Amino acid sequence: MSTETVKAPVKVKVSGERLFSPKNKKLVTDPLNDSNPITVQVLGICSALAVTTKMEPSIVMAMAVVVVCAFSNLVISIIRNIIPNRIRIIVQLTVVASLVILVDQVLKAYVYDVSKQLSVFVGLIITNCIIMGRLEAFAMGNKPWPAFLDGVGNGIGYGLILVLVSAVRELLGSGELMGFRIVPDSFYKLGYFNNGLAILPPMALIVVGVFIWIQRTKNPKLVENN
Amino acid sequence: MEHVNIFIKAVFIENMIFAYFLGMCSYLAISKTVKSAVGLGFAVIFVLGVSVPVCYLLENYLLKAGAMAWISPGLATVDLSFLSFIMFIATIASIVQLVEMVIEKFVPALYTSLGIFLPLIAVNCSILGGALFMQEREYSTIGQASVFGFGSGVGWFLAIVAIAAIREKIRYSNVPAPLRGLGITFIITGLMGIAFMSFMGVTI
Repeated sequence: MSTETVKAPVKVKVSGERLFSPKNKKLVTDPLNDSNPITVQVLGICSALAVTTKMEPSIVMAMAVVVVCAFSNLVISIIRNIIPNRIRIIVQLTVVASLVILVDQVLKAYVYDVSKQLSVFVGLIITNCIIMGRLEAFAMGNKPWPAFLDGVGNGIGYGLILVLVSAVRELLGSGELMGFRIVPDSFYKLGYFNNGLAILPPMALIVVGVFIWIQRTKNPKLVENN
Repeated sequence: MEHVNIFIKAVFIENMIFAYFLGMCSYLAISKTVKSAVGLGFAVIFVLGVSVPVCYLLENYLLKAGAMAWISPGLATVDLSFLSFIMFIATIASIVQLVEMVIEKFVPALYTSLGIFLPLIAVNCSILGGALFMQEREYSTIGQASVFGFGSGVGWFLAIVAIAAIREKIRYSNVPAPLRGLGITFIITGLMGIAFMSFMGVTI
């Protein structure tokens, strides 16, 4: 069940891509690099850093964010014309919070261990700035279908960084990927040690900093001048 | 004494930013100058200090399993804890709105200096994070919960003012171009986090 809910939006994207106009396709592909939510828009950092010690929770978290982001964009975009402007933040938060409760209950029912590891961070998807940011910047002014695609794209862009960071941290910190041992035992016998620093919270920031560095070296138009 | 312990723990050992990365988005976005960092920091202290105790009351008299027994014994079996996200966020959003109106009415000078930061706080993860940690750690009295909320706010304030000061200085340094701005801020925050980890061994 949990995998079904998570796969649904991705399937829509893949099967539809042939039919899409280039503009709609761009909505999904842009956030992967040029306007990546984490490294360029600086949204949703909080959860990105805290859940990335291991790959498994970060993949689950990424899926949860894709689902919440896509569907909250869709819902808000459908009702965008009847939301009074003054209370729109509360309306948006209510929609997002209801979706997050759904996701939380599904996670608790099907992947309880992971949901325990993620602890408060599932709840914190509500205040994840990616979701609020996309609602404000995109869903409030666009039709439902592009808004949905925008949500999927931004969710995946976020998930991409999450999975990359967690892969680096798990490999360096525990010598494993997805719980499978990568660094062979003979290395340990020769005196190789797991880098305990990689599991500690501050390392996440440094790894993301290095990713930003790499990305901006490859993509010079993103460089800031100050 | 217990309250002092909770306070110190919330400020240094379990600092919202360096230990849990909560409220990072506004931390990175508003830390370009010390002045605006101080303004946002005070607003966060205030909102955390008010909303955590309010959420504590909600949690213990409405949402927890059996928490509604005080209304009538028939409600003792009701467990509404799955609603806590939506209740907490609604509480926080309305407290922020309320705080905004109160400040505008009684301290207009502070209102103009805080400006746009006040509404931004509703979506600052450190506020909801504070409420959820309060729920997870099950503080036993409302006093402890409020001290925890206030302490977390102070910790956040310290962190954002420190990074803003460093960012003001680093403008004069020769940072590699692709690392300028965001990248170097991440790395500095990481290093500050390592420094804050030295508090970890402290038992109080």
